[in-house]
Amino acid sequence: MLLDSKIPEGPLAEKWEKHKFNVKLVNPANKRKYDVIVVGTGLAGGAAAASLAELGYNVKAFTYHDSPRRAHSIAAQGGINAAKNYQNDGDSVFRLFYDTIKGGDYRAREANVYRLAQVSVNIIDQCVAQGVPFAREYGGLLANRSFGGAQVSRTFYARGQTGQQLLLGAYSALSRQIAYGKVKMYTRSEMLDVVVVDGQARGIVTRNLITGEIETHAAHAVVLATGGYGNVFYLSTNAKYCNVTAAWRAHKKGAYFANPCFTQIHPTCIPVSGDYQSKLTLMSESLRNDGRVWVPKTVEMAERVRQNQIKPQDIPEDERDYFLERKYPAFGNLVPRDVASRNAKQMCDEGRGVGSTGLAVYLDFSDVIKRTGAEAVSQKYGNLFAMYEKITDENPYERPMRIYPAVHYTMGGLWVDYNLQTTVPGLYATGECNFSDHGANRLGASALMQGLADGYFVIPYTIGDYLAQTPPKPVDTSHPAFAESKAFVQARTERLLSIKGTRTPTQFHKALGHIMWEYCGMARTAEGLKHAKAEIQKLRQEFWQDLKITGTGEELNQALENAGRVADFLELGELMVDDALHRNESCGGHFREEYQTPEGEALRNDDEFAYVAAWEYQGDNQPEKLNKEELTFENVKLTQRSYK
Amino acid sequence: MSWITKTFTSSIGRKIIMSLTGLFLCTFLVVHLIGNLQLFKHDQGAAFNTYSHFMGTNPVIRTIEWGLVLGFGFHIFEAWALTRRNKAARTQGYAQWHAEKNSEWTSRNMGILGTIILIFLLVHLYNFFWRARFGGLPKVGGANPEVRDLDNLYLAVVDSFHVWWYVLLYVLAQISLGYHLWHGFRSGFQTLGLNHRKYTPLIKYVGYAFAVVVSAGFASMPLYFFLFTNPQGEIAANAPSLLHTIASAF
Amino acid sequence: MAGSNPNAKPMNLTLNVWRQPNRTAPGKIVEYHVKDISPDMSFLEMLDVLNEDLLHAGQDPVAFDHDCREGICGSCDLFINGRSHGPEKGTTTCQLHMRKFSDGDTITIEPWRASAFPVNKDLSVDRSAFDRIIQAGGYVSVNTGGAPDGNEIPIPKEISDRAFEAATCISCGACVAACKNASAMLFVSAKVSQLALLPQGQPERKTRVENMVAQMDKEGFGACSNIGSCAAECPVGISLENIAILNREFLAAKATSNNLA
Repeated sequence: MLLDSKIPEGPLAEKWEKHKFNVKLVNPANKRKYDVIVVGTGLAGGAAAASLAELGYNVKAFTYHDSPRRAHSIAAQGGINAAKNYQNDGDSVFRLFYDTIKGGDYRAREANVYRLAQVSVNIIDQCVAQGVPFAREYGGLLANRSFGGAQVSRTFYARGQTGQQLLLGAYSALSRQIAYGKVKMYTRSEMLDVVVVDGQARGIVTRNLITGEIETHAAHAVVLATGGYGNVFYLSTNAKYCNVTAAWRAHKKGAYFANPCFTQIHPTCIPVSGDYQSKLTLMSESLRNDGRVWVPKTVEMAERVRQNQIKPQDIPEDERDYFLERKYPAFGNLVPRDVASRNAKQMCDEGRGVGSTGLAVYLDFSDVIKRTGAEAVSQKYGNLFAMYEKITDENPYERPMRIYPAVHYTMGGLWVDYNLQTTVPGLYATGECNFSDHGANRLGASALMQGLADGYFVIPYTIGDYLAQTPPKPVDTSHPAFAESKAFVQARTERLLSIKGTRTPTQFHKALGHIMWEYCGMARTAEGLKHAKAEIQKLRQEFWQDLKITGTGEELNQALENAGRVADFLELGELMVDDALHRNESCGGHFREEYQTPEGEALRNDDEFAYVAAWEYQGDNQPEKLNKEELTFENVKLTQRSYK
Repeated sequence: MSWITKTFTSSIGRKIIMSLTGLFLCTFLVVHLIGNLQLFKHDQGAAFNTYSHFMGTNPVIRTIEWGLVLGFGFHIFEAWALTRRNKAARTQGYAQWHAEKNSEWTSRNMGILGTIILIFLLVHLYNFFWRARFGGLPKVGGANPEVRDLDNLYLAVVDSFHVWWYVLLYVLAQISLGYHLWHGFRSGFQTLGLNHRKYTPLIKYVGYAFAVVVSAGFASMPLYFFLFTNPQGEIAANAPSLLHTIASAF
Repeated sequence: MAGSNPNAKPMNLTLNVWRQPNRTAPGKIVEYHVKDISPDMSFLEMLDVLNEDLLHAGQDPVAFDHDCREGICGSCDLFINGRSHGPEKGTTTCQLHMRKFSDGDTITIEPWRASAFPVNKDLSVDRSAFDRIIQAGGYVSVNTGGAPDGNEIPIPKEISDRAFEAATCISCGACVAACKNASAMLFVSAKVSQLALLPQGQPERKTRVENMVAQMDKEGFGACSNIGSCAAECPVGISLENIAILNREFLAAKATSNNLA
């Protein structure tokens, strides 16, 4: 299939306005004749469900949580970018666009990113109107901070809980529509398949997680807002339930999966403390504004500190290597996430990592404490320090923090066109679930922006265009495709339950995560990826022969839920490896060791790889087909990133 | 249902009634305590009997008395209604419950404290109020024309407070009252939404002081008569003079 | 262990866990033993160990709700040794670490208990009552689009900060679980006072509090008797002051709104 990204004609700044005029509208009286399914109720899904219901569509919203307010958007700490230029520091829509394209290492679509920057200003207005308590200055106006190394202060925030407050805004809008009866909310319902009728998405199959009942739901269009797949690595900063299942089932029904190998590794996470570790906790990136990153200069000293023979605070200055400051004098500790992460890994690979596992580097606040006092530091980072101490039982005022990179966000996802429509007509993907706006690397405070942009301000227009061309005839689940999908889901559930092997879903998940982290993590090689591919295939085979779960499908069965998700991760993992293997360049979150500059920086290959890799499912255990969407850059000049 | 009944049968509405009646009853306690201080005057009950006669016959007081009946009635009824509601809100209890780690005992046991106070109240009413109002008390008699035709409630007090278990009941009831007020006073303000960062701490400590003064004041009466008077109501020489001094101030 | 405490020894624990197959079936406390629990584990990781053991033994793992495991999503909800989220102040179950316990301890783990929170299975309860309370009015009625510029409504920093503090509620239900009366007042008050404080909340100020309180009562939560367990056990420190604000808002709305119903 030809990949048509449907980017509107015209100058960059006018594309969206023009497009909004050109899309077909649904007559107000007809809107109530259309049903739309929204899967996921995080920022993207919650905002979309509420906005579509406000327009008059009948919305059915689904979440596997007990409440729409629990989606993982809630955990975002830092903030949300918007090109308001309230600070008079030279920000503009174009600058936000430019920073995002550049930060994404030139692997994102210009038109989408520009639209994102344009609507970013509306998001802030909308959220303020909803009662989101953003931080304010004493004069009563909105406060901003600079975030993630941006040159301007464009990040709006609500202390360290911006994601929570924004999600509660979307949740409240959604709740209002539920009360009006315009949204029918299905909680504790997990989507397990997309139903395609005559080439168009017409519904979904879900499992009621309390009763185990497999249900079918029909609609004129389906919106997926089901988040990212970082949990393919088992350990990540994602919430435990985050999974790829909805997106993956859509993929198997014809939606292409774009750039799956683009994974963001966040440098400042609390390190793993043992095998039992179930997830990783992110410490806000803002810590790098004042903390200094270092490891012992010598392997011997590192060994001593690992053995607890010397405390890190007692290591003399000349025995320390502030490696980011040494290698990147201009940016120092504030280099982008991917650079900071890779360097930490490199130090640990050299044997200079700290902590009993040797997989950590220090983030040291002693200088700033000496300079400004512990009180000032506590004002700024008190809650983060408290969280660190709660988890590690170490006092960061006295002893340097230990940090290590962890998987945080997935830039890849379902391929969508400018309208956020996947390659299946009537099936849309929004938020982290799609691939669209971040290229090969996402900037800090841009995930919230994208989720809300898609949900509030893009999908309400673009889905209307599709619906206006769909007859407003009632839809139901009587078409055989629904029964077929339902039977598929039931059979799969039965199959998982009937294996009765010896290994639990978590054991398989950990094994997969280990492979992914080792070979498809921060640094990748062709050889390693080939090895990983074979390992994953083997593991997947073992999974279907040796899985052990108990209970039945007709009850709340969390092991069964987990098994289904791990099964999909085992398929996705291989595609990620394929994607990483085929992309013979380094860019953003994808670093192939074979492709680096003499200084060890990511070396892009714009001639051969300035495209979106959109993978097409070909059947179980068949190699997927690669489709390419060429990226053209008319408004920015492609440059090599340098932070020296 | 009209908006009024809806308001006052809602959980907060019922609490508002609890609060209003409770704070009203606090004012009653103040009046009652000050009046009863007459017991401590070294006058063989003359002042006290005059006071009780006034309270029993003055039309204004008699009108307010009905308010008091309603106040108690609503306070008790709402307490019952709320307790029932609250029990229904958790039908299956916990195997382990360590509320002592997060709250004060008295706050959690207002119902028990209130019940003890209610039992006391019934005994107390029967013993003094009923007899004073509906007969059964001897006249004061004697030579003083101002008091000789009054009912001698003072002697009834003296009689009662020479019965040890009666004194014990009184003191226990006053301890309960103290704890009840310890929580109830500030709680009343909280329920009415009278909360302010500047004044709420003040209300809290005033409430504590109120609870201590009122309960100690009432408890001092049976103890005083038990310890320091003879059955005729004559005060022993070693009786503490403090209470007399306070009483004389009113 | 990578934790700072190299002397921390693995622990063996006895767990008394509430097991209940589904909503209608009766439940009971069942005793389990877990071995070699690291003090650096979170409480939920300790339960993960139990569940892996149970799965390997062919038994049904213990169902419990959790998700973000960083104290913000509000999913986790265990009543541990007689207290909401266990012994540590200002901490959700997922952020409670095993170093707060000692080798040989017996830990009792129960679901939230409230008639308005029926048990789904084992330790998982249904908290949809909270959602219905929000649906009754916990929002500002603004449609997407057409909002004025964010800076057109200046809000004093102090007001904004107080509204934020109320808005940090994670809706876990610890307040209801800890309350002797199973009252949801702290939860409801957090949302009511957030929106009552902010200018955006003014147009619907009266109807909001009337409707939310009515829904709260309908769900079968108990009444507040100002005990304070809720705020003491709240993992994010929602203050009792909010309940006073709720009471005030309710009284003022009932006294002055035009709603005769």
